[in-house]
Amino acid sequence: MRRAIRAEWAKAWSDPVVPWLLTALVVLSVTVSGVTIGTARCPAAACGQDPARISLTGVYVGQAVAALAGVLALGGEYGTGMIRVTLTAVPRRGQLLAAKALVLAGPVLAAAALAAGAAVLAGLAVLPGHGFTPGHGFDLASWATVRAWCCATVYLTLVAVLGLGVTAIVRDSAAAAGVVLGLLYLFPVAALAAGGQALQRRLEQIGPMSAGLDSQTTLDLRGLPLTPWQGLGVVALWAGGAVILGGVLLRVRDA
Amino acid sequence: MIRAEWVKFRSVRGWVVAVLVAAAAIVGFGITGGNQGSCCGNSCAQPLGPGGEPVSDSFYFVHQPLTGNGSITARVTSLTSAVPAPSGLHRAVVPWAKGGIILKAGLGEGSAYAAIMVTGTQGVRLQDDFTGDIAGPVMTAGWLRLVRSGSVITGYASADGARWTRVGAVTLPGLPATAQGGLFATSPQYTQTSMGVASISGSPSQSTAVFGDVTRTWRGGSWTGTDVGGSPGGPATGYTQTGGQFSVTGSGDIAPATSGPSGLGITLAQTLAGAFVALIILAVVGAMFMTAEYRRGLIRVTLAACPRRGRVLAAKAAVVGLVAFGVALAGTAVAVPLGQQVLRSHGVYLPPVTAVTETRVIVGTAAALAVCAVLALAIGTVARRGAAAIAAVVTLIAAPYVLAVTTPVLPLGVADWLMRVTPAAAFAVEQTVVQYPQVADVYAPAYGYFPLAPWTGFAVLCGWAAVFLALAAVTLNRRDA
Repeated sequence: MRRAIRAEWAKAWSDPVVPWLLTALVVLSVTVSGVTIGTARCPAAACGQDPARISLTGVYVGQAVAALAGVLALGGEYGTGMIRVTLTAVPRRGQLLAAKALVLAGPVLAAAALAAGAAVLAGLAVLPGHGFTPGHGFDLASWATVRAWCCATVYLTLVAVLGLGVTAIVRDSAAAAGVVLGLLYLFPVAALAAGGQALQRRLEQIGPMSAGLDSQTTLDLRGLPLTPWQGLGVVALWAGGAVILGGVLLRVRDA
Repeated sequence: MIRAEWVKFRSVRGWVVAVLVAAAAIVGFGITGGNQGSCCGNSCAQPLGPGGEPVSDSFYFVHQPLTGNGSITARVTSLTSAVPAPSGLHRAVVPWAKGGIILKAGLGEGSAYAAIMVTGTQGVRLQDDFTGDIAGPVMTAGWLRLVRSGSVITGYASADGARWTRVGAVTLPGLPATAQGGLFATSPQYTQTSMGVASISGSPSQSTAVFGDVTRTWRGGSWTGTDVGGSPGGPATGYTQTGGQFSVTGSGDIAPATSGPSGLGITLAQTLAGAFVALIILAVVGAMFMTAEYRRGLIRVTLAACPRRGRVLAAKAAVVGLVAFGVALAGTAVAVPLGQQVLRSHGVYLPPVTAVTETRVIVGTAAALAVCAVLALAIGTVARRGAAAIAAVVTLIAAPYVLAVTTPVLPLGVADWLMRVTPAAAFAVEQTVVQYPQVADVYAPAYGYFPLAPWTGFAVLCGWAAVFLALAAVTLNRRDA
């Protein structure tokens, strides 16, 4: 297993795209968060906005990059036929996928922590000046904010792992990117179309994006379909399920 | 050239299946709308105004028949509003609460009228036939006068009853010789925003206008109170008269009808949720139409067969655009009419739209999806990697839409800007409702109100596609394949 991880690590960092992807993850997330933080205003008490979610708007864009990182971690090998060499070197396919997942998750986790941390800190610095003050009922420097930062970081990492799992299932990077992003964005839109309250809530509970992003909420938690940690658990189930299914398919199919 | 590209497209079974799935998704989401309403038969049908648009026309009216020319003058001493709260009614400021003098063709809902009024926070207004709105001096109490001369009605306002300001004059062609005139009060739906867009709730408010010094030049009759357009179960309405003082309490609005939290019903765009699914599928196919050539090295054969690279790009764009337009049109042409029927049979109120608007929604959505596919193709040409191109396309088109429409996070102003400058602006072709400044409602993309006019939004998407096509043509010419 250690050899497999070391091999994957060497392969990942010799791909010139990887540093670019991690940079893009940080830069895009922080930029989008910054613009939202700069424009958000809370003119009066109970203005109904969650400062942590405003600070972490960049995750909406960052997740596409994270998914892409997951897709390319395996999809590139299918594109070039490299996968056959890899499987010759590491014949135990479950081990290979686990090694890939670990090598993917580490750097993405670090980049996501950096991106979400910068966004949260920017929010802490700027939002009180825009009306998110204790007088309006906001306590920004709280444990809830730390939890939002943790959830955003883990969410982005899980999305990358989901991308890896889906790629192992569909074996084509372009199709995998479409499927992952479709999965992420489909549920909120379907919930909007569903209309019925119960069905809408159910869709928001099972959708990876709505469940995962709800976990960044710091205010009015009782109104959420899931608690923050449950929400993150839903995303973990999606990511884990995709990787396990991908691993099984990798075993039974020819590469 | 185009035929060669068409053969290439047709021969990949996955793509053909994908575009058919896209069409099926549009239809499937359209006709399985889970919305449940409480309208049965015509119970939710809204009255139509003189201009043919659906209107709200409910207010408390203290009136008498008035024949020929004349004028009514009254002093509004106060206009107070209340909104329902858990502990009974709660005093509040309702910006568009209205109290004043109205002259109306009859007591039927939707009939022609002209009215001068004071409002909660919007000053004196002269309004006519639901859509007309002329601003007068800013005051919350004072003297008002309405003068009829044939079909021309003139409104005046005064702070002291001595020096009068002419607010404006309106012409009501349909006003009969004998009209109903008198005092009125009404109070629109009150919206409460919590957590951004997600949980906006509207509830009826009520307002009481107190009038004194009511004089009229018409020969006097006696006053009658009518709750025009009143619905049972709403807030209590009525009027009391003590000496020369009238206290009129009403609820509702005299204004064009809107959908959304303060209005009634949902818009046609609800039948097109599947267009979003189709968008992702068509974008994937559009991007892969180019990136697949790079992956297999086929691009070298293609460019050897047709060395003029701009033409290759144009032919690919034409094929993918036409295919996307065709399947999307097939989908929307079924989803919109059928989806409406399903929603109506579930008791959901949909504001009526003209055939032209419905056609625009059907064709416009299909065209927007086609341009999105072309944009994806262009981005795919620039990126040359399928996965990266698809991530870029989805982030550019789908993410802004999801952010603006479905999430409770964004401040409404940011959501509006997203729907102005990103390719998602093209969703404005689904717009079927009009925003009225004189109606307080939450005009958010989530309720079918887009900040841009339909074809302007479409033009924004075309602009993005044109820029990326130009970029694609340049890079395709410059780079080795």
